[in-house]
Amino acid sequence: MYTTWKKYLGGIMLVAFCLVPAAQGWTQDPPRTIELDSLSHLYEGVTFDHVLHVDLGESCAVCHHHGTGAPVQDENCARCHSNAEKTKVVTCKECHPVDPFSAEYLRERELDAKLYHRDKPGLKAAYHQNCMGCHEEMGGPTGCQDCHGRTEAGDAMFRAGAYAPQGGAAPSQH
Amino acid sequence: MKISRRRFLAASLACGAATSLTVTKNALGAGTFEGYPEGMGVLVDLTRCVGCRSCEAACNKEQNLPEPAQPFDDTSVFDQTFHGGQKRRPDENAYTVVNRYDQPDGKSPVFRKIQCNHCNEPACLTSCFVNAYTKTKEGAVVYNPKVCVGCRNCMIACPFQIPAYSYSSAFDPVVKKCIFCYDTRLKYGKPPACVESCPQGVMTFGNRKELIKIGNDRIKARPDRYVDHIYGENELGGTGWMYLAGVDFEQVGFDTTVGKEPIISNVKEFLGTVPMVLAIWPALFTGFHLLAKKKEHHSHAEQEDADQ
Repeated sequence: MYTTWKKYLGGIMLVAFCLVPAAQGWTQDPPRTIELDSLSHLYEGVTFDHVLHVDLGESCAVCHHHGTGAPVQDENCARCHSNAEKTKVVTCKECHPVDPFSAEYLRERELDAKLYHRDKPGLKAAYHQNCMGCHEEMGGPTGCQDCHGRTEAGDAMFRAGAYAPQGGAAPSQH
Repeated sequence: MKISRRRFLAASLACGAATSLTVTKNALGAGTFEGYPEGMGVLVDLTRCVGCRSCEAACNKEQNLPEPAQPFDDTSVFDQTFHGGQKRRPDENAYTVVNRYDQPDGKSPVFRKIQCNHCNEPACLTSCFVNAYTKTKEGAVVYNPKVCVGCRNCMIACPFQIPAYSYSSAFDPVVKKCIFCYDTRLKYGKPPACVESCPQGVMTFGNRKELIKIGNDRIKARPDRYVDHIYGENELGGTGWMYLAGVDFEQVGFDTTVGKEPIISNVKEFLGTVPMVLAIWPALFTGFHLLAKKKEHHSHAEQEDADQ
């Protein structure tokens, strides 16, 4: 005669097996495309083809320089960060602040005397430095509008498109 | 000649007073200012700049500057030259410009942003006899058009040739230059518009002393990428806006002969002696004159005695 729990053992094991990735924080495969639009004002957000880049890169750590559990790629970083730990969230904006020069952020950094990495770029700089670095090497898109078109506000600020200066005025210096 | 005791004491007192008017500790102290402790600065990393000119566009918008001749995403401006080969420079309509410096051997060009460097002891401030310039405690060097008399000595004095003049205005010309977005941003602890607009993080805003540490850390972490020098750390007594580069600084238009002394050091020792000179030289030369004429007076007196 089976005890009750043994009868359901198979079912329990199946459920437990499915819960393992959830326990690590990943309930699904990495997303196929990601909308990067937390900074869109002068330029539209970027529809980032994640699948394409997963195929292109040898390791998650090429872009997600830490947080995915893959060993860090930059040899300078690896001197100290030899243990690759997984974090729950691996998005750029998790660590890189939208406004890295606000008085509050600077004050916080000033008060934290033991902080080693005082030179963390803001989110906009992190995106561009990470993406453009590789794009320049690998022949990817490097023009501003290749990845994100300009908005109306952007055209106004850059005096481009519909806001371009009229007439062929000579340069103002003499 | 005979001097009475009263006259001798009076003359000594006068000379002592004159000597005390000479260069005081304060005046000699000029040229040793290292910046206000809370002074902010910007570290400009030329290895990151790609010449997108977003900073020029942001400055134009923030400072309500007139419409430019070309759109700000037009990179053909990098080929413009003036006065037989000079690149663009800040003028009355553009407080900051970016120039391109092509590199040999197929390396990618270096782009350089030019603007007022907000020196610790600015030459413009030193040369202005109406105190139109102020070095604020936040670190900005700002200009007051209301007291300016238009002598343009500041334009001559600035070793970076930054202050521009609005020659286009017939009746109200003023000096035009980057003010570190003081009125609209720095006063409130916010970074200037150009820093905020930069997509590549070329500019890092922060406390000037902290930025020197950050700059040195960057050089240490990537010694292959950077030239081991922060331009502006010590140049001319230190500037608020400092630069890191991946090539020698002369190659990208920096003047590396400016030296470490602020401009005021060229004149402060000389000018400090003026009160003493003005007080002592008349007395001294009067003394020489009287000594020289002593024989004449004596012989004149003897002559008178002999005649009687």
